[in-house]
Amino acid sequence: MAEVARVAPVARAARVVLARLGGAAFVLWMVATLTFFAVRLIPGDPAEAILGGPGSQTSPEALAAVRAEYGLDQPVLVQYLAQLGRLITGDLGRSYALNQDVAPLLIGQLGGTLLLAVLALGVAWLLALGLATWSSRGGRVAWTVGSGLEIVAAALPHFWLATALIVLFSVWLGWLPPISTPGAAGLVLPVLTLAVPLAGFLGQIMRESLLTALESPFVLSARARGESELGVRWVHAIRHASLPAISLSGWAFGSLISGAVVVETIFARPGLGRTLLNAVTVRDVPVVVGAVLIVAVGYILMTLLTDLAQRIADPRLRAR
Amino acid sequence: MSDETDVGVPGAASVTGAGEGPGGVAAGVAPAVRVRNLVVGFGPKDGADPVLNGVSFEVAPGECLAIVGESGSGKSVTARSLLGLAGDNAWVRADELSLAGSDVQNLSEAQWRRRRGRDVGLVVQDALVSLDPLRPVGREIADSLRLHTRLDAAARHTRVLEALERVGLPDAGNAMRKRSGELSGGQRQRALIAAAIALDPPLLIADEPTTALDVTVQAQILDLLATLKRAGTGILLISHDLAVVGRIADRIAVLCDGRIVEQGPADEVLTRPRHPVTRTMIAAIPVDKPRGLRLNPRAAEPVLPSLSYQSGVAPGSSPDDCDRDTSPTTVLEAIGLVKRFTRPDGSEQLAVDSVSFRLERGTTLGIVGESGSGKTTSARLALALTRPDAGEVRVLGQAFSAVPEKERRALRPHLGAVYQDALSSFDPRLSVEQVLRDAVAGGARRTGRVGASAGAADRLRVLGLLEAVGLPQGLLGRRPLSLSGGQRQRVSIARALASGPQILICDEPVSSLDVTVQAQVLDLLDELQRNLGLSLLFISHDLGVIQHVSDQVAVMLDGRIVETGATARVFAAPEHPYTQALLGAVPRIGF
Repeated sequence: MAEVARVAPVARAARVVLARLGGAAFVLWMVATLTFFAVRLIPGDPAEAILGGPGSQTSPEALAAVRAEYGLDQPVLVQYLAQLGRLITGDLGRSYALNQDVAPLLIGQLGGTLLLAVLALGVAWLLALGLATWSSRGGRVAWTVGSGLEIVAAALPHFWLATALIVLFSVWLGWLPPISTPGAAGLVLPVLTLAVPLAGFLGQIMRESLLTALESPFVLSARARGESELGVRWVHAIRHASLPAISLSGWAFGSLISGAVVVETIFARPGLGRTLLNAVTVRDVPVVVGAVLIVAVGYILMTLLTDLAQRIADPRLRAR
Repeated sequence: MSDETDVGVPGAASVTGAGEGPGGVAAGVAPAVRVRNLVVGFGPKDGADPVLNGVSFEVAPGECLAIVGESGSGKSVTARSLLGLAGDNAWVRADELSLAGSDVQNLSEAQWRRRRGRDVGLVVQDALVSLDPLRPVGREIADSLRLHTRLDAAARHTRVLEALERVGLPDAGNAMRKRSGELSGGQRQRALIAAAIALDPPLLIADEPTTALDVTVQAQILDLLATLKRAGTGILLISHDLAVVGRIADRIAVLCDGRIVEQGPADEVLTRPRHPVTRTMIAAIPVDKPRGLRLNPRAAEPVLPSLSYQSGVAPGSSPDDCDRDTSPTTVLEAIGLVKRFTRPDGSEQLAVDSVSFRLERGTTLGIVGESGSGKTTSARLALALTRPDAGEVRVLGQAFSAVPEKERRALRPHLGAVYQDALSSFDPRLSVEQVLRDAVAGGARRTGRVGASAGAADRLRVLGLLEAVGLPQGLLGRRPLSLSGGQRQRVSIARALASGPQILICDEPVSSLDVTVQAQVLDLLDELQRNLGLSLLFISHDLGVIQHVSDQVAVMLDGRIVETGATARVFAAPEHPYTQALLGAVPRIGF
């Protein structure tokens, strides 16, 4: 009997997926367009950048040759369409500065940044959950302390926190390397730098909804059944408290990638963020566009994952 | 507080033993609960006035004691004290407080947890939020078994099915996998009761178990509680409504300001009430009370005839004042209204299906129906807040729903609206005075009266409005949150009157109020109607209220009006089977 009933939901799910894919394609197109024109707006000659920057002595012939090679002598619209055509076939072009294909270059950098962001998100969730649960149990003092910690953490800028962590753990205590070495030890400080401000932010949201859940009638019912304080939190309240934080995690992932630009630079850690920063500095247009597109794809995927996680955590959404 | 013990509680074996058959409770030996001289307060011990002050009662197995009182009388605190859940800053003292024959004073939190669910079960109002909306109800019911027994998952599953079947939930196997939001109001209340009786506790505390339910569902739930009672469970029923508890209570205790003012056998309390508080509560029940009879005899002062707030606007007070030569007798007319809504899954729902009615000048038309019958949509259509898919609404003989909002605006001052949830219809940051001044100024703008002199005139009219709804001037500076439910509803009536309307559309105006407060608000509406010549479209799920206030009544079912006629005729000789079923379910006191 369930077979008949499932046909409609499957068709509906297919429609939803198609709509999502269409939306994603639109977003990627907009991102490619905006970055293409934004980079063109930076003053200076791209051909000069290709040949070593404005300071280098280049002959007009060499410049003309480079312009012809990269299609820079074409009208802007033609350049734009040519680039879109290449992007559709998956060709991100050649880096001006590094003289390498962009796609393999960026994909090689992607793993390190993803690892950093995912770990940071996980650690932020653990910290936020722990703090919210603890501070909702310990009465007024714990509540004030928890809330204060979260506000301070959420307000910490990455560059300051990174420096403070290096001074504390590398310079004074000598426990961890000040620059990101390969291996687990090298990851600790970068991950903490990204996780702590995010944890403060998530914790604030969780604690509010945790409080609401703990005062709700279903928690009274659970207590009246003999559920313990720990059980009330674990079985009922945490799940309710997580819902708004889950929906914000997609956004949080985006902020982690932008945070990675700072963190990878400070800890001298190879990754997408640092590559992006370098590319912007030398006006390496194909790398910038490619990196931004990859970040956009990651952001879209993360939003989809967030939606999925929300549906798992909140069965009420599945009915829609 | 430590959490060292959660599951595998000692003594669980005896619990499973007791669960074999409901008749196996040690009947007659120990009362399910006995309370002597219970005192409960909040804050510093012996500091403030206690909320409960010397309450004594007991409930035997197979007996139902109803504790009845208005909100704030201490009913819910009593219930929670019996579970050791009075609150973190509460203190509880009693000469005796025992559950199932054993003393529960000075229990540690861990000891309390072993009692809750096993010796006493709790059912509270509105299972939509009293069952975790994220979890299947079967899991919620199984929790009691998980916490108090060593049964494995399969055995718990069987017991959950048994519990659901005991509470009369059809298709229990399917129902246990649903969440509270997927069940109807009656089904979820049954599931909540199943969770409370899963371990067959000798005492079941039901705190306003039917307040959020439709009248037919309410009757079913009360019947279910009566069945449990006959099977040997002691029931402590807590309610504000004497008519409701009259259906199943053996004894009634009336609670007022933390004291029991009267306690005795149910028929005696209901038919020969001794205490004035009880008499007021009985007088407040609107069922079978003729129209115009005051429900609240204590405050019988009439509304002052000098309705000063009317000055400055076209008064609706007398029919001749309309700016037309021949004032029509039908002030509001709905002709063949249809409204469809699209459900989230794409299918269509006919919320209102060819609904027609006429509201005659100076009379009250009552629309009654259960939730989802299309009452509120009808009200919104009548106010032209929702556009009908077919049909039209005419106000004072003129086209209303069919013309653009710009033309409707001239007619809007003739319509006032009062909603169920007064609190959320106010901006919480505005004071009562600001709320009323805005309403008055809205009327003034429409009549083109501006300038400095308007301020003083507005002030006078605000005071006049307050007087008309029986509120003291001292409330002007208060914000809606700090008002009582009855006061808020009075303010919202005053707001509705500010434009000097001839028609008042009231959508469930008293359903969130206690019976005694409801009586005062109904009396007020009746007085206002007579003094101002108002015509009322009165929407309610409560047949007793509708019977009391209406001249004409329309019964709605699934978006259609199934029966309509003079109130006396419909209530005396209902023709439609649905009306007959509704009337059969109305709780009333058998005099």
